[in-house]
Amino acid sequence: MPYRHLIGPRAYVFADLKELMAKATPLRSGDMLAGIAATSAEENVAARMCLAEVPLATFLTEALVPYEDDEVTRLIIDTHDAAGFRPIAHLTVGDFRDFLLSDAASSQMLAALAPAITPEMAAAVSKLMRNQDLIAVAKKCRVVTKFRNTIGLPGTMAVRLQPNHPTDDPAGITASILDGLLYGCGDAVIGINPASDSLPVLSELLKLTDDIIARFDIPTQACVLTHVTTSTEVINRGVPVDLVFQSVAGTQAANTSFGIDLATLKEGREAALSLKRGTLGDNVMYFETGQGSALSANAHHGVDQQTLEARAYAVCRPFKPLLVNTVVGFIGPEYLYDGKQIIRAGLEDHFCGKLMGVPLGCDVCYTNHAEADQDDMDTLMTLLGAAGVTYIMGIPGSDDVMLNYQSTSFHDQLYLRDVLGLKRAPEFEAWLQSIGITGPDGRLKPPGGTNPLLAYAPGLAA
Amino acid sequence: MNDDSRPPNAYVIEDAWAKLARATPARIALGRSGTGLPTREVLRFALAHAQARDAVHTAFEAKATAAAIAALGFETVHVASAAPSREAYLRRPDLGRKLSEEGRAALAPFAGSTPDLALVVADGLSSTAIHAQAAPFLAALKPRLAQEGWSTGPVVIASQSRVALGDEVGAILAAKAVVVLIGERPGLSSPDSLGLYLTFAPKLGRSDAERNCISNVRGEGLSHDHAAFKLTWLLKEALARRLTGVSLKDESDLLLVGGKPPASRLAGGQTG
Repeated sequence: MPYRHLIGPRAYVFADLKELMAKATPLRSGDMLAGIAATSAEENVAARMCLAEVPLATFLTEALVPYEDDEVTRLIIDTHDAAGFRPIAHLTVGDFRDFLLSDAASSQMLAALAPAITPEMAAAVSKLMRNQDLIAVAKKCRVVTKFRNTIGLPGTMAVRLQPNHPTDDPAGITASILDGLLYGCGDAVIGINPASDSLPVLSELLKLTDDIIARFDIPTQACVLTHVTTSTEVINRGVPVDLVFQSVAGTQAANTSFGIDLATLKEGREAALSLKRGTLGDNVMYFETGQGSALSANAHHGVDQQTLEARAYAVCRPFKPLLVNTVVGFIGPEYLYDGKQIIRAGLEDHFCGKLMGVPLGCDVCYTNHAEADQDDMDTLMTLLGAAGVTYIMGIPGSDDVMLNYQSTSFHDQLYLRDVLGLKRAPEFEAWLQSIGITGPDGRLKPPGGTNPLLAYAPGLAA
Repeated sequence: MNDDSRPPNAYVIEDAWAKLARATPARIALGRSGTGLPTREVLRFALAHAQARDAVHTAFEAKATAAAIAALGFETVHVASAAPSREAYLRRPDLGRKLSEEGRAALAPFAGSTPDLALVVADGLSSTAIHAQAAPFLAALKPRLAQEGWSTGPVVIASQSRVALGDEVGAILAAKAVVVLIGERPGLSSPDSLGLYLTFAPKLGRSDAERNCISNVRGEGLSHDHAAFKLTWLLKEALARRLTGVSLKDESDLLLVGGKPPASRLAGGQTG
């Protein structure tokens, strides 16, 4: 069904809902590359004005990616909470924005609504929102998850300790883990991106992190970020796995290019659950996403990249993940050109994920061929801290020496905690104090004496 | 400039685990100023980022590159992709994978020359890498090619180019295989890293799953001679098995002697 909007004498016509959504999206290079972006600033606003008048219920009947062709669409439609949707069923997209900003949309109400909000509804309303709206509403959303600690409580922000090494050298990875712990990082997960995909190497890394966590009784979890089928395989071989990881995207065809479908994810989750390694909860999945992945796999169905990113959160949702993060600036300037586009995308992704009830963190990052730098990352992480982001990355000196990109550092999270008063997961916060890394105020203690952690690697410290 | 002669800065809290830093190239034990990085680390990071940015945006010196390669005894020809500028190149990966009209015309004299291996030198995302690594790598490769008796076409110097441009070049030359030497996406600690992409039976539309890649070719990474050895091994296998890509696993390491590739019999004095 075509959509029309008049601006003065000029009629703007949008062939269908997916064209309307694409043209209403704040400008970004990926939609331009796909040839679906608005071609003038006025057309962009006309599309937003038109989108504001579309009833939310339209998204339940007019699929952007055909139901018959795509299991992600089927998942979204078949698991939609129709009863929960009733309180907002009469709203247009524009009304929905006003509702979300109003005091009527309390934290409790938003949590109850989450299963009734489809990714397309979340994406649509985000297109009408300014950055401050995205921050204000996300801040009200509460998503709490548990494995060996409690992540997502109000006033907290966790950190993934990312100790990557170009050749997976165990001593090098251990050195970065110790540095990160001594800077108070690691409550979200100690998560290694391996350079290798060989099972013996992955098993060695899993045993290494398991040993550190067990020896110091650290209330956190580990993950080696490899393909879900590989994690399932190492679980079958008796290797200790806390969280099962997978990159996911918002269409079935893009997920096929990642070598997965919903059934594969279910198998991976069941394998992790069978180990019963969580002490506080059974959120055992860790997912990563990022705008542009479907276009990059030539699997975008003419849908804009921000809407497809929100659909990726619908893929995550039924698997009750501990952590989900958008790797917002990793994909390159052909999808998000500069700091402005990366900042906007990071805020959109966080908002859509939280509104849908997914524990969204953000890899606040960029590559060296994007028009961005560390100042842009300072801006985005500060905004996300204000928005209540579930977690960010902690990478030594912001420089990932294996993946060749820049993210946030062990130092950066200290800055955010000082400026915004954000605490860690409470169990991890207590552990840091008990082992003498932080004081009662949560800040790093001044140097003095030798921390017991340093005795872990006498060969390294000698 | 060396800081050792200056008194320690009272406002910088040094980390007590500096020796851990020997175990990894990662930026650990940096110390802190309050919760921030010490000034020396902010500046060290800024320099690394500046070098990586410059590697992306430094103009490709195609003529000088061609001259250095010609001095090794290769014929050279210069082509450009369909991307008219660096900005267009970064925004439109599709244009960087296609030859410009002029580029296609420049290759016409070599069309259908059926070399065993077509050689393409592409700026990619780091012209710095090509300036530093392309000629020395080809110098290491040349005696190994000669030893196998393989013919090569002209070395095609390609501006604003991505890996898949080699498919069109290889198809025009009707080469049995093409190798693209390309500047890799620069990291903070590796602004000058060269990648080698080998594709059997090049033609338009080949996917990345149909290529073999040798990456991180640079002084601190894989040496030129070792990379040349790996490429020769892969090409020999590719020509015998008539494929490249995921079905061809690099097992050249099994032939290393003391961690080093065996010397080429023709290497003496020729590589310069």
